[in-house]
Amino acid sequence: MTATVNLAPESDTRLARTGLDIGGLIRSEWTKIRSLRSSVAALVLLVVLTVGFTALFVALTVHQWDTVDSVQKLTYQLDPTRLILGAGFQLSQLAVCVLGVLVISNEYSSGTIRASLLAVPRRTPMLIAKAAVFAVLVFVVGEVAAFASFVVGAPILHSKVQVSIGDHGVLQAIVGAGLYGAVLGVFSIAIGAIVRHTAGAITGVIAFVLVLAPLTQLIPGSIGDHIHAYLPTSAGQLMVNARQGPKDLLTPWQGFGVMCLWTAALMLVANYLLRRRDA
Amino acid sequence: MITSTGPSQLIEVRDLCKTYDDKMVIDHLSFTVQPGVVTGFLGPNGAGKSTTMRLIVGLDRPTSGEATIGGVHYADLPRPLRAVGALLDAGATHKGRSAYDHLLYLSQTQGIARRRVDEVLDLVGLHDVAHQRAGSFSLGMGQRLGLAAALIGDPRVLILDEPVNGLDPDGIMWIRNLVIHLAGEGRTVLVSSHLMSEMAATATDLIVIGRGRLIASCTTDEFIERSSKRSVLVKSPDSVALTDLIAAAGGHVDTDAEGDLIVRLLDAAHIGALASKAGLELHELTPQLASLEDAFMEQTHTSTEFGGRDANGDRPTVAAATSPGADA
Repeated sequence: MTATVNLAPESDTRLARTGLDIGGLIRSEWTKIRSLRSSVAALVLLVVLTVGFTALFVALTVHQWDTVDSVQKLTYQLDPTRLILGAGFQLSQLAVCVLGVLVISNEYSSGTIRASLLAVPRRTPMLIAKAAVFAVLVFVVGEVAAFASFVVGAPILHSKVQVSIGDHGVLQAIVGAGLYGAVLGVFSIAIGAIVRHTAGAITGVIAFVLVLAPLTQLIPGSIGDHIHAYLPTSAGQLMVNARQGPKDLLTPWQGFGVMCLWTAALMLVANYLLRRRDA
Repeated sequence: MITSTGPSQLIEVRDLCKTYDDKMVIDHLSFTVQPGVVTGFLGPNGAGKSTTMRLIVGLDRPTSGEATIGGVHYADLPRPLRAVGALLDAGATHKGRSAYDHLLYLSQTQGIARRRVDEVLDLVGLHDVAHQRAGSFSLGMGQRLGLAAALIGDPRVLILDEPVNGLDPDGIMWIRNLVIHLAGEGRTVLVSSHLMSEMAATATDLIVIGRGRLIASCTTDEFIERSSKRSVLVKSPDSVALTDLIAAAGGHVDTDAEGDLIVRLLDAAHIGALASKAGLELHELTPQLASLEDAFMEQTHTSTEFGGRDANGDRPTVAAATSPGADA
């Protein structure tokens, strides 16, 4: 026993040291995401499918141009970016929802959450780091997909409507696609953290994205329109348009702000529950 | 004797209570775990050992009372894995992630150098499978990975829940030696088990609980000593005469399969004196210590009786106490 090294004072300084290594938490969350083959594969597939669908959808529209009614043609001519980016986008946003839920619900289903929370017992920093890493990742991947979609889609549409990246609002729409994806990713993480079960959380997010919006449009009169306009995803999707459409109640940036508020509110709920509940 | 330890390594549990759905799982539990020795955390399945450990490391929130490590709540440790290592369940790894990446992400949260990941993988013998998906691991390998995660920050306090679960005999020996070695370095080591034999082999101190309550907190030797089932084995060619003498002196005599006497309520010196005075020949006179298992059975049984008498008489009894090691 006499040979035992005295480590107690060092332990004391460790206890006394405060402050968190946010850089370490960011690296840690990045390691978690990149070390799962399924999430890497899903993101690659997302880009490929988005660009593929954009090409297919725009080509079909061009092919059927003569049968498209004049009102529809007018909206295409007003905002061709909406046509190009909107096609693949509907698909890719679902992938972001599912992946966002999984990055947190996976931890619960596998039990990794306990290892994670032992490392970050204050919990909130882990949730923030996770959301930040996923948001940046989705933004980058979303930008790649959006740029590629535009580069592929614009020439296909060229014979009917001319649009170039320098046109008014086009760049904002392309950047907006990445921003929308990033916030949608955080939105999904929040719901995943609240629900904790993969299937339930995915159902919840999809309900927001796909079910709620069409449902509110069934409400007659301007009440339905207003509710619809302030739903998180229908508001956020305005960011992917180059300009405010004639029927849009909000500008793209206003819509994006509405979606950010929804997401912030859900993150607050998620954080409250994460800190309160037994893991 | 051990000078390397300080108050920063004490695990202190004070009046801890935890209720799940109105069922009291941990019932006013208080104990202290000292550094420098292996402390066994013993109790039948369902006694609340895992829950207590989860409360100590802040995974669960106590209903009342508190648990501290070095006087600090676990959640207030700035880099907790460097102070405390916990193995709570071997399944805490994503099946699709490699052992290396699991340890890497944990180390990154604590600012631990990457080479430490290789070190602990070597230490637990998982170096060759470090880059395989954890889903392909056996229960024993998963347990080793859990132990590697507990050791990643070279912590001064270790909390291990049933670490020998799923291990083969070699692995069990390895864990025993490891925990004894870690305690020998002056660390605080709390190891739970429902296997009495496991604790007898490793633990110097014991904390025994049943139905969420403290039954005993003492050294392993004291715990066995406390058992009233101590007996003396007596071999004598004059066993019939000796039996009468012992009975007359207040001893209780049983005869075992070989015709030898098992004497209770009298100690060896007393029996030896009786035989000597009567001029009876003795071939063997051996005090028999109760096994830890006997002591445990007896003392948890007592606690069950107390439990039946107190205000909450409607509680289920500790059924598991009568079948320790049933799922071993």
